Amino acid sequence: MTTIAEPASLPELTTDDLSRYSRHLILPEVGMEGQQKLKAAKVLCVGTGGLGSPLALYLTAAGIGTLGLVDFDVVDASNLQRQIIHSTKDIGRKKLDSAEEKLLALNPAIHIVKHDTMLSSANALDIIKDYDIVADGTDNFPTRYLVNDACVLLGKPNAYGSIFRFEGQASVFATETGPCYRCLYPEPPPPGLVPSCAEGGVLGILPGLVGVIQATEVIKLILGKGESLIGRLLLVDALNMRFRELKLRKNPECPVCGEHPTVTKLIDYQQFCGFAPETAEEKTVKNGIPQITVKELKRRIDAGEDAYLIDVREPYEFQIAQIGGKLIPQNDVPNRLAEIDRDREVIVHCRSGARSQRIAEFLKQAGYPRVVNLAGGILAWSDEIDPSVQKY
Amino acid sequence: MTIFIPTPLRLYAGGQDAVEVNAATVAEALEALTQAHPDLRKHLFTSEGKLRAFVNLYLNDEDVRYLPDKEAAPVSSADTLSIIPSIAGGR
Repeated sequence: MTTIAEPASLPELTTDDLSRYSRHLILPEVGMEGQQKLKAAKVLCVGTGGLGSPLALYLTAAGIGTLGLVDFDVVDASNLQRQIIHSTKDIGRKKLDSAEEKLLALNPAIHIVKHDTMLSSANALDIIKDYDIVADGTDNFPTRYLVNDACVLLGKPNAYGSIFRFEGQASVFATETGPCYRCLYPEPPPPGLVPSCAEGGVLGILPGLVGVIQATEVIKLILGKGESLIGRLLLVDALNMRFRELKLRKNPECPVCGEHPTVTKLIDYQQFCGFAPETAEEKTVKNGIPQITVKELKRRIDAGEDAYLIDVREPYEFQIAQIGGKLIPQNDVPNRLAEIDRDREVIVHCRSGARSQRIAEFLKQAGYPRVVNLAGGILAWSDEIDPSVQKY
Repeated sequence: MTIFIPTPLRLYAGGQDAVEVNAATVAEALEALTQAHPDLRKHLFTSEGKLRAFVNLYLNDEDVRYLPDKEAAPVSSADTLSIIPSIAGGR
């Protein structure tokens, strides 16, 4: 099985180490040498969120010598349902600082390296090169492809996990002989087709399940024991509690790890995933749909002007927060056009302005002469107009 | 045969996590699926009718792309077809 390069000499275990790791030491598959390998290992956790929380906690408990953490975010109340490394008192605090405190409390001997940044094409190689293994706990397609490509270019295995609602995936990518993320997914889905956890929701326990699988794979790679998930995609269905696995193959035509790679350095992953930077014009008109700001909407309402709102969120979101308007969930819109007045300017809104943009485009195609999108949605309304509107 | 519908696409398949179809090949199975659930079509196929590049199809545990007959591969009623979408969540 694939193992990581071993250091020339392994670090000695201290007396404290011997008592702390005694349950590892008596396992033949770990033993003294295995524990020394763990102590010598350097692992990078990309993200200290849902997947990163259990990953970092278990790797720290297991005695990984050096743990790097990459994050730029601060702890939000909505994180605590699943990001178990952070506590209520940490709300508003940098995730890196919060995570470091918990990890050092668990295991003071571990060396934590904080990378207070968003992983990017400009810094990824420089950050990843100092580690033996990467554990990808990010939450978006551009960063998934970035982590994959950087790992392939540097020859670092990537313990991969991702989650959506009740469903998870895990594998080990970018080993010398095995497939990479691009062998499985040569192209990203177009933006908006696959909802994020923020849009689609996620069972709080699921990142725990999947993150622990990633941590297990990291440990096995370091020990060089067992059968790793290289060449296998593990599918986790938490709702029906079924685990299935699929065979993954290294694609000889893979643009990054194939026989004739065309991607030989990091690229613009936002662009690759179809996210063009918003231009000045797009702030006012996007894909032919005029954008209205929450401030302008408020002005219109206050001035008694026409403000005909259609809310395309789901009923359970409507229960959490409302800023007015008729509720027609996005998937019902095609069948409920009769309920939307063609003669008025229709202002479509949702939580963040993403779904409503798509529905606005749909309404325009369906022949509505005047359709606008509320830019930033209810989140922007809560930030800029009325903080009493509950954010979620 | 059984076609497993992943969470992001269940919305377009009447909320079902699996759909039973009668078909002799993978392509026929997909045709039967999208006949029964037309909203799925644009998520699985391009406007030219080709399977989208980010949609992975597995016949049992094998990637359809690597089967000798690809989408023309024969199927039996005991087989399962899994649609594996890209998901990226992690925070």
